[in-house]
Amino acid sequence: MRSSSRPFYIYAVLFMLFLYGPILLAPLFSVNDSIFATFPLKGFTLRHYAEMANNTGLLKALRNSLIVASASSIIATAVSVPAAIALTRYKLRGSGLIMTAMSAPLVVPSIIFGVALLIIILRFLDLELTLWTIGASHVFISIPFAMTVLMSRLEGFDKSLEEASRDLGEGAWMTFLRVTLPLAMSGIVSSLLLCFVTSFDEFVLAFFLSGTETTLPVYLFGQLRFPNKLPGMLALGTTILMFSTLIVILAEILRRRGVQSNSPGEV
Amino acid sequence: MIQRRPDWLAGYGLLSPAIIIMAVMMVTPLLAMVALSFWTQQGFELDRSFTLANYFALVEPSSEPTYWMGIPFPLTYPVPAILLIKSLAMSLAITLAVIALAYPMAYFLAFHVRGQKALWLVLLTIPFWTSYLLRVFAWKIMLGFNGAINSGLKSLGILTEPLSFLLYNPLAVMITLIHAWVAFAVLPIFVSLDKIDRSYLEAATDLGDSRLRRFLQVTLPLSAPGTIGAALLVFIPTVGDYVTPTLVGGPSGTMIGNLIQELFLKQNNAPLGAAVSITMMVTIAAIVTLFLWLIGFRRLRSRAR
Repeated sequence: MRSSSRPFYIYAVLFMLFLYGPILLAPLFSVNDSIFATFPLKGFTLRHYAEMANNTGLLKALRNSLIVASASSIIATAVSVPAAIALTRYKLRGSGLIMTAMSAPLVVPSIIFGVALLIIILRFLDLELTLWTIGASHVFISIPFAMTVLMSRLEGFDKSLEEASRDLGEGAWMTFLRVTLPLAMSGIVSSLLLCFVTSFDEFVLAFFLSGTETTLPVYLFGQLRFPNKLPGMLALGTTILMFSTLIVILAEILRRRGVQSNSPGEV
Repeated sequence: MIQRRPDWLAGYGLLSPAIIIMAVMMVTPLLAMVALSFWTQQGFELDRSFTLANYFALVEPSSEPTYWMGIPFPLTYPVPAILLIKSLAMSLAITLAVIALAYPMAYFLAFHVRGQKALWLVLLTIPFWTSYLLRVFAWKIMLGFNGAINSGLKSLGILTEPLSFLLYNPLAVMITLIHAWVAFAVLPIFVSLDKIDRSYLEAATDLGDSRLRRFLQVTLPLSAPGTIGAALLVFIPTVGDYVTPTLVGGPSGTMIGNLIQELFLKQNNAPLGAAVSITMMVTIAAIVTLFLWLIGFRRLRSRAR
């Protein structure tokens, strides 16, 4: 390391401590044998984790979250694959504007979409709030993530492979199935995983659009009001944290391996 | 390649499912919200005759001003105006702090890391994907009266009494939001620093610029688009944040998002809530546009290409 790098390196390490320190308190206190999240630590226990398995409210919310996240990640990815092909393979008028409009959910405060969707569902369409309404909103916020991942994958491989397929007489549909799709597969799986995590961790929209059935983050938020439930919720939070981290790392490995590759075999 | 049908037709065809979803989920609800803001709530019924009353309520003057931080608000219902100004000020401070903390990190990644860039980037992105709710709640555990900081310092013998000023104030909200956004802001800054043609930097050194001068004259201007992008990506969503003030803000740390939530879910005055939401969005849009125009964003971006 060059000597000029050292202060930056120290800064970077401190930065990471600031970033991860507070988050790691949840796992730390979740195995602490006390109902308070305080130092000094008491004994080690996995009791709070074992108790989660008997908590019916939690298990129900978990089931709901899994349903909503699976459905919304599949739908968001399914509509984003053709859209990403269109934006990377065709020169379209207004594609810049479309890209900007599609990234709006990343920028506009989610509370705006939360209340706007609440208004149209309850006041205009007279529908009930169900898991469907949460899922629909999650499709919408997942699309920008899916588009980013898929477009970078589609830009990453050699377009002449598709041209070769066409020149050899394959139609557009067969070219898509036999060339584009296999090559884009790592991006598609990575998009599915990231959309799944986006939905699984999403709170604000789910909070506004929950009826009687709700998702895990909304359940967690509701339980945070009760101080005696804290250790259980820390255990739940830690589980969500570890699960999301695993999925993100997996998605990232797939995406990185795929971005600069012309071979579908590496998936 | 043989053209079978017009390219653009196929292109828009492939785009249409995504565009339809975005339109249905984004445009129609926003239009519905605009419509609602011109109506009135009468008990459980909605009066659908057009009125500007909701917007007028936000600016209706009063002869007795309400003071907030020494600033007079001569309004009958000053809460929305005060909370909007307060939220904007807090978000501005948060944004400045985030950029100040994220820039050196991005600089380190772009210029001082050789082999392990991917690893650092993954480490920076993981917290962004993991539960936002949990990251906010972690600060409640950190800063609480019986929290990690207080109990930690007490068990080390540094404190005898817990510090009560850590949690439930605007500062706690700001620290939490800085923590929540700082890693995210590194990425756009890093991208624009990484794109800088290294020969420009060598040229500046060869022509006798000091390192500070080289940074101020070459690196900083060329990284401006990414830095400004990062600032906007932090500023805009934090103004309307709802989770953080709810969990760590206490009564003094409330923001405009809390008011919107309250009007919709507790006070059953959705039309007024819609008017507050729209006013917030329009104000943010106006501030961002004015800011980009003032600094000449188009010029900056074209220069960095």
